[in-house]
Amino acid sequence: MSDAIAETTGLPYADAVPGAVVDADEYGIVVNRDKLVEFALHLRNNEGFDYLSSLTAVDYLGFEGRTPEDRFEVVYHLFSTKKGGDGIVLKVRLPENDPQLPSLTLVYPGADLQEREVYDFYGIVFNGHRRLRRIFLWDGFNGYPMRKDWKEAYYEEEHKPYKSRWPKGHYQWAEDRVPWGDNIKYPEGWDPDTFVPPEPPLPIIHEPPADAGHIKTDRIVVNMGPQHPSTHGVFRMIVALDGETIVGLEPECGYLHRNHEKIGERNTWLGNIPFTDRLDYLSSMSNNFGYVLAVEKLMGDRGKPPERAEYLRVIMAELTRICNHMWSVGFLLNDLGAFFTPALYTIEERELILDLFEAVAGSRMMCNYMRFGGVARDVDEEWLQRCRDIVFNRLEKKIDELETYLTNNEILLTRCVGVGYLSPEDAIALSACGPMLRASGVPYDVRRARPYSIYDRFDFNVVTDDGCDVYARYKVRIGEMRESVKILKQALDQIPEGPIMNGKPAYVTRVQKGEAYGAVEGPKGELGFYVVSDGSDNPWRYHIRAPSYINLNTLEPMTIGYKVADSVVILGAIDIVLGETDR
Amino acid sequence: MAIENQVPEELQKNVFLTSVDFLYNWSRKNSLWPMLFGLACCAIEMICTAAGRYDLARFGMEVMRPSPRQCDLMIVSGTVTKKMVPTIVRLYNQMAEPRYVLSMGACATGGGPFKEGYNVVSGIDKFLPVDVYVPGCPPTPEALLYGILKLHEKIQNQSVRTVPWYRKDTPKGITVPELGPDIFLPDRAAEIRQITMKQKPATAVEES
Ligand code: SF4
Repeated sequence: MSDAIAETTGLPYADAVPGAVVDADEYGIVVNRDKLVEFALHLRNNEGFDYLSSLTAVDYLGFEGRTPEDRFEVVYHLFSTKKGGDGIVLKVRLPENDPQLPSLTLVYPGADLQEREVYDFYGIVFNGHRRLRRIFLWDGFNGYPMRKDWKEAYYEEEHKPYKSRWPKGHYQWAEDRVPWGDNIKYPEGWDPDTFVPPEPPLPIIHEPPADAGHIKTDRIVVNMGPQHPSTHGVFRMIVALDGETIVGLEPECGYLHRNHEKIGERNTWLGNIPFTDRLDYLSSMSNNFGYVLAVEKLMGDRGKPPERAEYLRVIMAELTRICNHMWSVGFLLNDLGAFFTPALYTIEERELILDLFEAVAGSRMMCNYMRFGGVARDVDEEWLQRCRDIVFNRLEKKIDELETYLTNNEILLTRCVGVGYLSPEDAIALSACGPMLRASGVPYDVRRARPYSIYDRFDFNVVTDDGCDVYARYKVRIGEMRESVKILKQALDQIPEGPIMNGKPAYVTRVQKGEAYGAVEGPKGELGFYVVSDGSDNPWRYHIRAPSYINLNTLEPMTIGYKVADSVVILGAIDIVLGETDR
Repeated sequence: MAIENQVPEELQKNVFLTSVDFLYNWSRKNSLWPMLFGLACCAIEMICTAAGRYDLARFGMEVMRPSPRQCDLMIVSGTVTKKMVPTIVRLYNQMAEPRYVLSMGACATGGGPFKEGYNVVSGIDKFLPVDVYVPGCPPTPEALLYGILKLHEKIQNQSVRTVPWYRKDTPKGITVPELGPDIFLPDRAAEIRQITMKQKPATAVEES
């Protein structure tokens, strides 16, 4: 082990791979890009860091202390699904004129989509990636939008609040300010008449095993989405079929790419909270939770919420989980052809919970409820009583009812058992998270692995299932709802009186210079926020580790070899929400 | 009065006299089929509107069809992105007349919270004719229902004689935008070239 040398040089794992670790700061280890793959391999095989959670990049153009030589930084967050606990952060610094590094997809196949995302946003090239194509924007888009020197058409200023509007509240139509009168921007010298649109993408074909007696079938490519009744939003799958069997699948995202991260860098810290609501719009409370946790890490003592607020956060997050799983179970059945009837049952429960949210936050879906160091509004005794009513007297019965109809339902069994197989090793390697990972039998839950907030006080089980298929995912979701009810019961019993906010509510949040990664176990999996601060009122970088998006890594391996009708169910069981996938 | 007198007495209890417009519009407005087409967060509220509690079936609208050919109403529920808008316009073109567009939420109406985003279209009305706007982020199901009732009102007040879809000069479909370095309309290529090629535009560029 490397601890001895690490102590003398101050660099963790310094001797593992000679020449790999070049530097370290309090946030991570800086790795030489030529040794990156070797070093990652070492960490995975010998140190147990088998899970690449988040991969992103930061553009440090003009950041204090940075030169063009280390303008870009690719950041890897690695964790261990076996040991739990804090992971390690790897950083690779790249010069402005040569932004390329080796791809990690061979060590961590889950890096696939995230590397494509970084390429799309920053133009950083990952050598050896099997299909380094744009994923959110389209081929041919002009420039790399997340670079600091790339300005959008409606660009006004680097940071909000914009001087033109603040403090006098002036307003001018964005359309009146720009030359085209619209949110568009063409490069100089571009000629639309000679423009040839790039070829549409085709999936990589995985040849099925040659088997004798196979009837002769044709190869066709079918496009599913973005307008498709079953794609859970505007998601597009390009599927290559051999007869009815899927031999290739290419996910295509970005139809709801709303530029969260770019807008997030312009917003103030506080101003980002309502935007997080709109990520996974089925579970806004969890999104708030993840973001405030990340920022509170940079706020020191001022970021410590009082007891009552902690309890309120947990209550809201668990209610959200129930909402989300209700929805996803209902709509899984939708995908199976039971159009809308099961969904009606589950939406009913969701509505009751949304009423609770509306009572406390003022909005059914976009709650905007949590604040740095607390929550926005307190609940009264009547609210708590209503909540107890639902939690103690109703939800469990309703989950039972749902199970009576569904769990042993023959159609459900036939369509789901054995469909979409994902082995535990693959699930970890592909960075699957949340119910996807646990339905492959891996007991990894951020609430247990790195307990945040007050989750260490509650007694609950991490629900797993060894089925590794769609049915297992369904069962894990049902089980998690029961566990959430259990947590809710404890939280509602123990919730203390007291303040709900550390200090006074303020518009301006003082955040120290530094970076932080805060993650919660959202309903869909590990929802992480990676924020970098330069000490100003706005984030320098605001990255979201979106579980829906990263879970899509598993889609292609899971669907290959199944029938095209199964792809709909498999996608439904991943439970993606496009707001979060595309951001 | 005069007409009533001409109807034989035994029929008067069984016959209902009305104008063609009224009957035609009444039947249309009470079975308006929306398209099963969700874009973003607002779509969730649209689904909730269709579910048990708010029950869109009361307005004869519970049949949501994923195929544009069978739909009368497109509820643009969510953020319209540049990557998505060609598809939306194509879907609209595929809908049969009479067709209506309801813009649900701040995003579909004007870009909403994401207006400044580089991939966001500032409102679907830059491309499609919109009949009803419903404000909100997201609009509550009640608000959506109110918007739908407003649309019913609009339909009820249309007249067969003046509606565009029975005219000879029915407008053609809407040009589908394309994705180049940024989104562009092929029929405005000349205008774009004049600017990108740094020539003085022959006519002043007026944008809608
Ligand atoms: S208006 Fe608000 S709720 Fe609706 S799509 Fe836009 S951000 Fe989402």
